[in-house]
Amino acid sequence: MSIHRYFPHSDADISAMLDRCGHKSLDELYSDVAPELRLRKPYDLPEEMSETEVRRYFENLFSQNRRMVCFAGGGFYDHYTPAVIDAIISRSEFLTAYTPYQPEISQGTLQYIFEYQSMMASLTGLDVSNASMYDGATATAEAMLMAVSASRKKKRVLISATVNPAVARVVSTYARYHGVALEVIPDHDGETLRSELEAMLGAGDVAGVIAAYPNYYGIVEDYSGWADLCHSHKALFILNCRASALGILKSPGSLSADIACGDAQSLGMPLNYGGPGLGFLCTTNALVRKMPGRIVGRTTDAEGRRVFVLTLQAREQHIRREKATSNICSNQGLMALHTVVYLSLMGNEGLRQVNDLGYGGLRLLAEKLEATGKMKLKYPDRPFIDEAVFEIADGLNADTILEAAAKEGILAGIKLDERELLVAVTEMQSPADIERYANLIASLKKS
Amino acid sequence: MNAKLYDKLIFEHSAPGRKGFSLPRNTYSHHIGEIASLCRDRVDDLPEVDEPTVVRHYTNMSNNNFGVDTGFYPLGSCTMKYNPKINEELAAGVKGLHPAQPASTVQGALEIYRRLELALCEIGGMAEFTLNPFAGAHGELTGLLVIRAYHASRDDFGRKTVIVPDSAHGTNPASAAVAGFNIVEVKSLPDGTVDIDDLASKLDDSVAAMMMTNPNTVGMFEKNIPAIAEMVHKAGALLYYDGANLNPMLGIARPGDMGFDVMHINLHKTFSTPHGGGGPGAGPVGVRAGLEKFLPTPRVIKKDDGSLYVERFNDSSFGSISAWLGNFTVYIKALAYILSLGRDALSMAGQLATLNANYIMHSLDDLYKLPIPGPCKHEFVFDGLKDKSTGVTTLNVAKRLLDFGFHAPTIYFPLLFHESLMIEPTETESRETLDRFIEVMREIAREAAEAPDKVKEAPHDTPVRHPDDTEAALHPILTWKQLCDKPTAS
Repeated sequence: MSIHRYFPHSDADISAMLDRCGHKSLDELYSDVAPELRLRKPYDLPEEMSETEVRRYFENLFSQNRRMVCFAGGGFYDHYTPAVIDAIISRSEFLTAYTPYQPEISQGTLQYIFEYQSMMASLTGLDVSNASMYDGATATAEAMLMAVSASRKKKRVLISATVNPAVARVVSTYARYHGVALEVIPDHDGETLRSELEAMLGAGDVAGVIAAYPNYYGIVEDYSGWADLCHSHKALFILNCRASALGILKSPGSLSADIACGDAQSLGMPLNYGGPGLGFLCTTNALVRKMPGRIVGRTTDAEGRRVFVLTLQAREQHIRREKATSNICSNQGLMALHTVVYLSLMGNEGLRQVNDLGYGGLRLLAEKLEATGKMKLKYPDRPFIDEAVFEIADGLNADTILEAAAKEGILAGIKLDERELLVAVTEMQSPADIERYANLIASLKKS
Repeated sequence: MNAKLYDKLIFEHSAPGRKGFSLPRNTYSHHIGEIASLCRDRVDDLPEVDEPTVVRHYTNMSNNNFGVDTGFYPLGSCTMKYNPKINEELAAGVKGLHPAQPASTVQGALEIYRRLELALCEIGGMAEFTLNPFAGAHGELTGLLVIRAYHASRDDFGRKTVIVPDSAHGTNPASAAVAGFNIVEVKSLPDGTVDIDDLASKLDDSVAAMMMTNPNTVGMFEKNIPAIAEMVHKAGALLYYDGANLNPMLGIARPGDMGFDVMHINLHKTFSTPHGGGGPGAGPVGVRAGLEKFLPTPRVIKKDDGSLYVERFNDSSFGSISAWLGNFTVYIKALAYILSLGRDALSMAGQLATLNANYIMHSLDDLYKLPIPGPCKHEFVFDGLKDKSTGVTTLNVAKRLLDFGFHAPTIYFPLLFHESLMIEPTETESRETLDRFIEVMREIAREAAEAPDKVKEAPHDTPVRHPDDTEAALHPILTWKQLCDKPTAS
């Protein structure tokens, strides 16, 4: 009998194969590994479990998690995932394929990456997209490196204080070890201070400027004129975007941004406890050869058929090694398929309705919370879509609210500080959920 | 796979007025029109299609693809093993968990993270792992930043160089460059292992680390690894283990015991999680005792009461390489794999992979040039056909394999040989599959001698033949819009 169901080898196979190789035992194949390097005792790991035991093992662990009604965003959003998507992305022809280096037998992967690039370019209003990045944070870090590389010698990059701090931390890590001086443009009242930006640009040596769209507080800052300002100082203008919001907001391209990047998890991907989501990075034709990652392009084959191949590979690590634009190799492939199936189903109208539902829901929640006298919008005059900061009244604090809500199975938001919560509403929270949230807050006693 | 190409794009199924979505009725009194001045009219060029059309389109498209579930991938350095189905089922178990949920509501998820981390520590011989890196190359970057933080913590700022063997994966030098290092290559001996004398001449107090994979990229175990570790450590540098080739070492030896200080593991190779056409993968990074504090945040930490929580910041850490805890569902799949195998079968996986590789090597080395005699580990490299007079190249052989229903091996890597043809069968291929592959490889060698043009013009029977790469790069058409603007380039 074979050793395990995943291994096809019977004992007879093993002996016959060893015979062919002229070896007496499997161990002989490792005669070059010195005895002192060999494992001294078996791994301290569990014995083999049956499939049912493995299922129970995980069911037991999953039972220690709690699915909540999710009013939290902060980069990951609880959107509706059409059933079609799982049916498609679980097809093993997609799931178990390697990177499409052999175009003759990988047109499926290449076609969907081409569709993905097309749809992300449409969404961002830019010319081109790569085949995906890991997440929004690393995509933004790569955008920063792109700006530095495009500027040739400049070493300063500016990042708005309104960028999601989890993203900023990753960008700052990449910057620090790459010799880039990353400086924060201060904000006021939830928005980046344009006067500070001008002054900081004026000091010179700026390769790029990174702003968030919508920003961490859910506010849609007005970036008209920013690109011109950046370009007049020969700096690139980079927008870290939430992909779903681009279904309704003016496109980064129409704002003359040079790079749009961010997380596309908001395009109907499950929350997955933070991953996988999908990083995206789009740019202009002028910068395409500075773009990191894989790119798929159209060409023709020997029969004149329209086909797709990985292209512009001279930028990549397997060709350029230490001179590559980036070290990225594996990306989030299958999640690009998730994205194209989602965008195919939703189309322009679906995205618009998703944003409209989030907008209406958040406004309703804001009205109901304000009526409790215990929570209100921190920036009531700023424009937002489906995420905003709420201030907590005296006598209550963020922890009390989060704890009380958790007891009711509600994730009330993300704590920004003792007196502030960042709250998001999507089409997944019903008017009844919103009512329940508001009633819960109303019921809390101030201390 | 389709014999004939399904060549439509979703945009070509679009017709105005169709929809594929289902959303709740909007009963709210406020609408997005209130911020109209910030809004676009519409997103141009998104398709308008119904649900059945979408399903049929992508199902047909999938039939243009080759995958592990459809056929054999002898793809060197990629470890294309079987992706167990139970793993996929279980991975759905965290779909609804938001990464900002309070720790008390995600103890099960954090426990999965912790248990996989402990299992990898045991397998790698390391003190602690971070699972956060999204892929192998991302793990390399993470590991190198740990090394930078380590040297900085000793106020040793002069170490700006990373040494990589000339046989290294391309990501090694690229990751070192992104981490801000200069790269120095060390030569390989004719047997593919590191030239110790050349290494000695390059080790000094400017070296921060040496990156190695063991077995190396020609599938040979670096026998001198204890000596190399000693030399590297004596020079004050750290030794980094590229875990792309960990599979044959399962149950045999641990990188930590070989003297490596920092390592990454590709869960999408050794631990059976699917490649997904290019990701999502995961590249956990392990470190030996003393280096734990430099690992990136966020980190999963165990409290005294046994409960787990997520630490978002930490002064000693080098920083963050992900917003959250990485590709979480991949961890579920890897842990399910480890449990499904259990310690005994896990310890056999590498040996069977090695047996499969040696079996192929011994069955073909009379027709294909074997520059480095075995025994190999999980993979080996031919330097093309033995008979060079036919003009048939490694590329030709690789493309001819496609006609017979096999994926191509890795070709023209490593760079040590002109006609590298790198074969890695993994342990999940049967003797019958290997025999068929061997038979086909022998058939191709015969064809190369008797009808070389047949091999040179391959593939013949794939849905697509000889795509024009030059045209693609010279006049890049990267989107549907660009394609419509320039309908034909040739």
